[in-house]
Amino acid sequence: MSKNQAFHRRGFLKTAIAAAAVAGVVSLPSFAYAQSKIKVGLMLPYTGTYAQLGVAITNGFKMAMSESGGKFGGHELEYFTVDDESSPPKATDNANALVTRDKVDVLVGTVHSGVVMGMVKVARDSGTPLIIPNAGAGAATGSQCAPNIFRTSFTNWQPAYPMGKVLADRGIKKAVTLTWKYGAGIEAIEGFKEGFKKAGGTVVKELFLPFPSVEFQPLLTEIASIKPDAVFVFFAGGGGVKLMKDWQAAGLKGKIGLYGSGFLTDGVLDATGSAADGIETTLHYGDGIETPKNKTFRLNYAKTYKLQPDVYAVQGYDAGLLLVAGLKAVKGDMSKKKEFLSAMEKAKIDSPRGAWTMSKAHNPVQDIYLRKVVNGENKVTGVAQKALADPARGCKM
Amino acid sequence: MDANTFLIQVLNGIQYGLLLFLVASGLTLILGIMGIINLAHGTFYMVGAYLAFSLSQHFGNLWLAMAGGVVIAVVIGLVLEWLLISRLYHRDHLYQVLLTYGLILIFEELRSVVFGDDVHGVAVPEILRVSIPLTETLSYPVYRLWMSAVCLVLAVGMYFLIQKTRLGMIIRAGAANREMVQSLGININLLYRLVFALGVALAAFAGMIAAPVASVFPGMGNQVLIVCFVVVVIGGIGSVKGAMLAAILIGLVDTFGKVISLEIGGVQLLPQLSGMMIYVLMAGVLLARPEGLFGKRA
Repeated sequence: MSKNQAFHRRGFLKTAIAAAAVAGVVSLPSFAYAQSKIKVGLMLPYTGTYAQLGVAITNGFKMAMSESGGKFGGHELEYFTVDDESSPPKATDNANALVTRDKVDVLVGTVHSGVVMGMVKVARDSGTPLIIPNAGAGAATGSQCAPNIFRTSFTNWQPAYPMGKVLADRGIKKAVTLTWKYGAGIEAIEGFKEGFKKAGGTVVKELFLPFPSVEFQPLLTEIASIKPDAVFVFFAGGGGVKLMKDWQAAGLKGKIGLYGSGFLTDGVLDATGSAADGIETTLHYGDGIETPKNKTFRLNYAKTYKLQPDVYAVQGYDAGLLLVAGLKAVKGDMSKKKEFLSAMEKAKIDSPRGAWTMSKAHNPVQDIYLRKVVNGENKVTGVAQKALADPARGCKM
Repeated sequence: MDANTFLIQVLNGIQYGLLLFLVASGLTLILGIMGIINLAHGTFYMVGAYLAFSLSQHFGNLWLAMAGGVVIAVVIGLVLEWLLISRLYHRDHLYQVLLTYGLILIFEELRSVVFGDDVHGVAVPEILRVSIPLTETLSYPVYRLWMSAVCLVLAVGMYFLIQKTRLGMIIRAGAANREMVQSLGININLLYRLVFALGVALAAFAGMIAAPVASVFPGMGNQVLIVCFVVVVIGGIGSVKGAMLAAILIGLVDTFGKVISLEIGGVQLLPQLSGMMIYVLMAGVLLARPEGLFGKRA
């Protein structure tokens, strides 16, 4: 067995022990305490495909909390942790358990869009404040938006939309889109199409794969026969790796431009190797953003967790900053809910990705960066669009 | 779609079909001949892919990794049959479903502990790392052609083994009447153990040769499992010939379903509903021939 795997195993065990420790602490019955504690319910994936994302978000979140001192007007924090397993059928029950059994003051979660919609339902029914640190389902800050629901990440539409204009401005007129046929993919493709059409481009064909199939060969053949100027895709994780490798093996690399939402090339560059070189994506974060804030954040995160932070850690960190802003405004007194929500609404988040504010629908108004894969890194090459807000269609608030 | 593109798509379909056949052939052996419902079949495919990943890192060579991987897979198959499966031949199918579902969970958890939940890539061997230019924009990776050739050779070999050799005759006889074969002095337990190990090895080998093009990731086996059952059901349970034909049919239907645009009454059907096409095919075949293309009438 190679060193690499031995490390993975050790890493896994460490995480497992840490998770077990957290779970152990929070499940202890809490007896009387002088000052009531602020109960934070973390509902995130700690097992399954998204386990690493859940851990990164938790790390970022706790880092923001400890940087703030972790105490607000004498009130300490108490965490309640639930592994949501990225399982939509269990979402409502899990969120309900945190709200009704543990009586948390604020819910934080999650990664999977299907699961987050269950949390949104519980938050709307119970009025418990919800902070979403990843899932990009448009509806959470669109048709299902609510005064107590906030998001510190993105909508699926948001990173895709600016790429349309970027490509059209380069004189690209004809594009093909390709994605898995599921919520996030469809929303991202709609965003790209909107931006591309507005700037004068035409999407000549939309190709789909059932989620999570990765048999790209027929689609690549079709793309080669259409010969578009550009192909815009939405994939993440293993699917993205395979697409980029197949793209290169099919000889399309260098002949037809491949572009995507930044999730295509985030966290998978080691597995992809040279096939990813030169691919441009748009996202609200990039590893090499040259700001003091980002540098400090990356340094502190690496020191604390012995891991390099990624976009998910940043989103978790910002979820923490947002909560801190709310808690500071009410000095930890969660009975002042109105002031608490209004402080979060008005907060200016000094994020590693660059400062951002909340839109009316409670989604970040943020810069979307243009990034290019160079030597196994997502290098930021510019800003694709400044201060972009999601259109939040259907939000009545 | 011009003629060139059409032909390339046919090639894509056949190539995908051959890979499906390789995975499904092990399932058709275990299900058709031994009568075991093996839900863990996709898991063995995943085990193969992870073996290719870890052994090729260890040896620095995919060929050695495949050789070593097949040996390990055979051992896994023998041990599982001896330890668990052999106890279920006389039990109801429900017990087999429970056991093999349990195996899925155990192997997934082991995978998570040993390899973590990352996506991994396996390098294509140097000698096959070329592509043949077909049109001015499209090249065909030689590795994919090589995969198809290997699948074909294995298919012919399996057909020969089952239909033309003495061993194959005994296997088929065992499928028809286990007790009779045993009373003729043949060690049927050993035979079944070998068939099960062969089935596991076929699935694992499919995982190994697919690893460089499919990448290696958690849950990869479960995706394959469902399509494999579709292949076996369309082909007729236990028929190697049927599995071959069904796999290629599915490969073609899946390929063309993804790229043809079809509109009826202003409603876009394809490629919108491409994910459903193979199940539509299955439903159609089962309506016409409930026993599958080459299945025996019950």
